Amino acid sequence: MANEIQYEYREDNLVRSEPNKYTAGQLRTEEVVINLGPQHPSTHGVLRLEVLLEGEIVRDVIPHIGYLHRCFEKHAEALSYNQIIPYVDRMDYVAAMNSEHAYAMGVERMLGIQDRIPKRVEYIRVLVAELNRIASHFVSIGTYAMDIGAFTPFFWMMRDREHVVRMLEWVSGARLLYNYIWVGGLYYDIPVGFEERCQELVDYLRPKLDELEKVIVYNKIFVERTANVGIMPLEMAVNYGITGPMLRASGLRYDLRKVDGYSVYPELDFNVPVGEGKVGSVGDCWDRNYVRVLEVRESFKLIEQCLAKLTGEHKRSRDFDPQEVVPKKIRPKAQDLYVRAENPKGELGFFFRADGKSDIPFRCKARSCCFVNLSIISELSKGTMIADLIAILGSIDIVLGEVDR
Amino acid sequence: MIEQLSDILRDHFGRDTLLEVREQDSPVSVRIAPDDLLPVCRLLHSHESFFFDLLNCVTGLDNGPENGTMEVIYNLTSIPFERSLMLRVQIDRNSPSVESVTSIWKTANWLERETFDLLGIRFENHPDLRRILLPADWEGYPLRKDYEHQEKYHGITVKY
Repeated sequence: MANEIQYEYREDNLVRSEPNKYTAGQLRTEEVVINLGPQHPSTHGVLRLEVLLEGEIVRDVIPHIGYLHRCFEKHAEALSYNQIIPYVDRMDYVAAMNSEHAYAMGVERMLGIQDRIPKRVEYIRVLVAELNRIASHFVSIGTYAMDIGAFTPFFWMMRDREHVVRMLEWVSGARLLYNYIWVGGLYYDIPVGFEERCQELVDYLRPKLDELEKVIVYNKIFVERTANVGIMPLEMAVNYGITGPMLRASGLRYDLRKVDGYSVYPELDFNVPVGEGKVGSVGDCWDRNYVRVLEVRESFKLIEQCLAKLTGEHKRSRDFDPQEVVPKKIRPKAQDLYVRAENPKGELGFFFRADGKSDIPFRCKARSCCFVNLSIISELSKGTMIADLIAILGSIDIVLGEVDR
Repeated sequence: MIEQLSDILRDHFGRDTLLEVREQDSPVSVRIAPDDLLPVCRLLHSHESFFFDLLNCVTGLDNGPENGTMEVIYNLTSIPFERSLMLRVQIDRNSPSVESVTSIWKTANWLERETFDLLGIRFENHPDLRRILLPADWEGYPLRKDYEHQEKYHGITVKY
């Protein structure tokens, strides 16, 4: 059994399972369909784009997704609430802390224990979530630069991200998939000495961001490639349900950390950067990238404020138990609940239906920001050059783990 | 907000459209008849005192063969008023079908395709109702409560 070849290659299998929308018969003489992905570096994972080209001009883009579908929602119907957290990590695997935070918040609200969570726990949650936001934005900015053709920023960003990831490894024991934020608390308090090292990290990263702006953000080639490309008007963005940095790049100051004011965000001081069309028009690819750069700076501010709280008002003490409120048994009352939180890529939402009789959710649906954000690609890239298609796709900042779930 | 919503809907339709209001849900959920879905959504989207311009999420769920119903749940947000609403419709499980809201919110396009893909709920007048996450030739709808997966898929054993 073990040596039996499971998959019999037949050419028509490929077409049968994921048929193209356009067939040869439908095309005009000057049109051609090319297939981008699923194994292509600029698709950031396993995304297949069926591109209808006329010369170099993109006439239509049909995204084919699902190559990384791991049946999150089906699994969630068989697991108890706390066991789902590791699966939530694996959705957006470059920002797992943020996803965990959203999920844990949702379950806590269902249980009605959200007001009993100790402040120190909340500050640690925000601290690690913001660290993870920085890591996620670094991946986004670095890979975007590589999509455009600049190789150096990718290595710089990956190098700096590594420091962030190691900090999170120190906290939780894992580099990417943490299972650190639990329903009702945390796995463990932050390690001794973490606060100082975290401050050092912020001091180290700040000048790196100035360096980044010099080498890539205001780089002439980069600006030429991204300014005025893939302009997304605000109305279109809202109608397509775009959220996160992409929506803000179109000029709307809409951040769920401010709007919903969840966790301890109302107690912290930070700005919400929006796209201003500094080198091109509002809502172009350059703006989307630049909003992420600015958000990293805001995250630094948030981290410093959290550190001040964690060393001052809510400092480490012997009787602090991060698992104090963690429920022994998670059995919410019968209800529907939709919880949402600002992830690095947009609004991550969870819909729960609890039947009140069991420890497993009757239905748990993840509203993935990347999935919704990606749906605009064909609208944005119609009529552009094929090189711009890559620039637009990169600026959406997708993680296929979350698109496909 | 629910009283206001109820009044405006009554003025507009000349009858009660809210079949059920559930306060324990968060955000508060209202159930409407499937036939009312499109006009109600259109009103919620454009009415000056609601302006639900963002469709966050479309969730389909199966209540199981013993109940014989399926539900589609729409989470709406009004950005200018900072309000949220949960809209529910209940449909027959044997021929699950509901009107598509893609003409109002473009977000619905992919979200409804996903619901169709995993639960087999048909969205009438959807511009492009194809499977999205699963392969086109996959059999059955996995999130149905009585789903049983196929033995083999192109020579691959499905059971792990």
